[in-house]
Amino acid sequence: MKKNLYIVRCGEVALKGMNRPYFERILLERVKNAISCYENAEACWKNGLMLVRVEDSIPMKEVVKRCSKVFGVASVSPAVEAPKDIDAIGKVASDFMMKLIEEEGIKTFKVKGKRADKNFPIQSPEIGKIVGAIILKTCKVLSVDVHNPDCELFVDVRHEGTYIFRDKIKGFGGLPLGTNGRGMILMSGGIDSPVAAFMMAKRGMTIEAVHFHSYPYTSPRAQKKVEDLCAVLAGYMGTIKMHCINLLPIQEQIVQNCPEDETTLLVRRFMMRIAEQIAIKNNNMMLITGEDLGQVASQTAEALVVTDAVVKMPVMRPLIAMDKVDIMEKAQEIGTYEISIQPYEDCCTVFLPKHPCTKPKLENIERSESALDVQTLVDAAVASEEIVVIKPR
Amino acid sequence: MIGLPSQWGAISIGALKMMVYLDNSATTRQYDEVTELMYKIAKEDFGNPSSLHSLGFEAGNYLFEARQTMEDCFYGNGSVIFTSSGTEADNMALVSTCRKMRRRGNKIITTKVEHPAILETCKRLQEDGFNVEYLDVDVDGYLEPQLLKAALDKDTILVSIMTVNNEVGTIEPVLPAYRTVQEFNKANGTNIIFHTDAVQAFGKIAMDDAPFDLISASAHKIHGPKGMGVLYMRKDLKLPAFITGGGQESGYRSSTENVPGIAGFGLAAKMATADLYNKMNRIGEVNEYLLRGLTSEISDVLVNGPEELGYTLYDHGKRCPSVLNLSFMGTRGEVLLHTLEQDKILVSTGSACASHKTGDSHVLQAMSMSHKEIEGAIRFSLSEFNTIEEMDYVIDRVKKAVERFRKLGSFR
Repeated sequence: MKKNLYIVRCGEVALKGMNRPYFERILLERVKNAISCYENAEACWKNGLMLVRVEDSIPMKEVVKRCSKVFGVASVSPAVEAPKDIDAIGKVASDFMMKLIEEEGIKTFKVKGKRADKNFPIQSPEIGKIVGAIILKTCKVLSVDVHNPDCELFVDVRHEGTYIFRDKIKGFGGLPLGTNGRGMILMSGGIDSPVAAFMMAKRGMTIEAVHFHSYPYTSPRAQKKVEDLCAVLAGYMGTIKMHCINLLPIQEQIVQNCPEDETTLLVRRFMMRIAEQIAIKNNNMMLITGEDLGQVASQTAEALVVTDAVVKMPVMRPLIAMDKVDIMEKAQEIGTYEISIQPYEDCCTVFLPKHPCTKPKLENIERSESALDVQTLVDAAVASEEIVVIKPR
Repeated sequence: MIGLPSQWGAISIGALKMMVYLDNSATTRQYDEVTELMYKIAKEDFGNPSSLHSLGFEAGNYLFEARQTMEDCFYGNGSVIFTSSGTEADNMALVSTCRKMRRRGNKIITTKVEHPAILETCKRLQEDGFNVEYLDVDVDGYLEPQLLKAALDKDTILVSIMTVNNEVGTIEPVLPAYRTVQEFNKANGTNIIFHTDAVQAFGKIAMDDAPFDLISASAHKIHGPKGMGVLYMRKDLKLPAFITGGGQESGYRSSTENVPGIAGFGLAAKMATADLYNKMNRIGEVNEYLLRGLTSEISDVLVNGPEELGYTLYDHGKRCPSVLNLSFMGTRGEVLLHTLEQDKILVSTGSACASHKTGDSHVLQAMSMSHKEIEGAIRFSLSEFNTIEEMDYVIDRVKKAVERFRKLGSFR
């Protein structure tokens, strides 16, 4: 069976020095993994470009989408190959254009040549001119427009052969997954936390999730929603392990023994402690939250100081300085927004004080907390975890 | 899922089955006999009743039998049209009547406590230019028949009043209302059509002496299959077709008949209405036992709807024995529901409340209940499969759940 060729370009990986082979190897693995659902699919590095070949029965768009979702990929182009002979290149380019005329009805074009193999006898600008002339001769309906063409055709002459392609479909960039440690995201089910997880994963971090609920105060559907969010994320970062913890026993203790206006903060401190314990148990080196400075009472600078004080592990807050609208836009781009806005109550809003404390002092909080047997509560919560493994859909 | 048992089967603790299903107004467990009949039809007698060969003829027999059963459940020589749901039957009753009568008048009268199948259809008809009057109800969800009398005028073409309210179980005064409409018709020469949505009443209250023009009912509320409804139509009443096509269901609703569904509905109706009065009395005893138990064991409980139980259409203003709606003050129904679910007791909230917005039930609002009262509402709905022993367990668990919540509160 014939195979279609796709050129995959890496972004930042190319900037690496001594480590480059390592990043390239991982990126290749990730791309191979992404296309492993297709039979006989291949991927390999060739002189700084990644070449992916998938049987032509698979729609090109689908393959491009899969490849562009891999972190570390800067762009993807469906391409065709030609021998290193200028007439042959012209013939293949003409065929390529004919197809585009049929499919999209383009009228104007421009050819951009590039000669990576300096042994090739024709220089880059000349390649463009000659190939353009051949196309004009074969495809009578086309004309050249160098400023605003319907289609810009790239001809890339390299040592191993020539590649002809048009689109460069942008990927997310970033670094290959698994090249940058492991982190534990606190997933609430809101708009922010999936975006935070995505942003860290994009920088190469392997992600696990912890979800707190207050069943029966929260609905099982609220947890289903978080699972759905993880399933979308899993499309980018592979299977996600989610640890579910029922926070209600702790919330009950807090509500009965501590001041009302500090409830949310005290609950959040417990979340951080529990998350840290689970992270250590699962070899995660840092925590990730979707906190955004000043968004709600528990995310003021003072509140963050108070919640941060209970953990030794670094806490990553990739959204900390973003505006809400930008986070929402990002969530839409990732595809988690529509799920996030389903109206199920999460555990943070169950015991929401009427007037939460926005400028807490650490001593005060610690004094309130002294009414509780913190260690026992945390241990019990950690022991009660339920694990859900979420695969991409 | 959190905390839900992996097996919902019939593990027994003494005489008590593990799951106590008290959401029978939402849907019911199908009778085993119905399931077996439908399975047999799907597997063996799968013919199309319109086919001329013997397999088609067999299938036609099932329809014939079910139609006979159904017609016996209703008054006089009326006919029945099988539909895909109670909702469709409601839609057909309203939309087709308005199409037929649009030259005679423009006004529809209904109540504020109807099911969305009626209310949303009325909204659509309003968009099409009809004038809809929504009658108020009292604190028990009961429509004062005098209000209807005052609302009737010569422009009226349709009156639609539910037989039994789905959330609180109030038996509405459909018989007096029908008489009022008849008298008005006679005195003024009008031809107002009277429809009742009997989805929550059919199979629980005898309808065979109800002389209405149109009655809609549903199969899955009486241990029949989902996806089946019926519209009863008085003799000599001719409505325009609702779904046009191959002319099935006497042309009123075309589409190849859902033979297993119709046969299953017929059998379920036969089984549900057999010995109906005694059966409902038994359910009534269970209902009263539950009510007495809960109100004596737990403080601050409000009964939403009438307290007294009624067993026939003449008992209007009383409560249908299948429903018990209570407000546990100072709690939230949704949380109680999930707490009880851990004990394998399945109930429903009075309100389809989604958090972050006040999705308070329109029925309870129409009954002038406050937000706090609506928030703590739980609907228990019974079937013939529920027992007194189950209620002991339920009372105990509800008490524990309410106490736990009240101890904790939720600040709001």
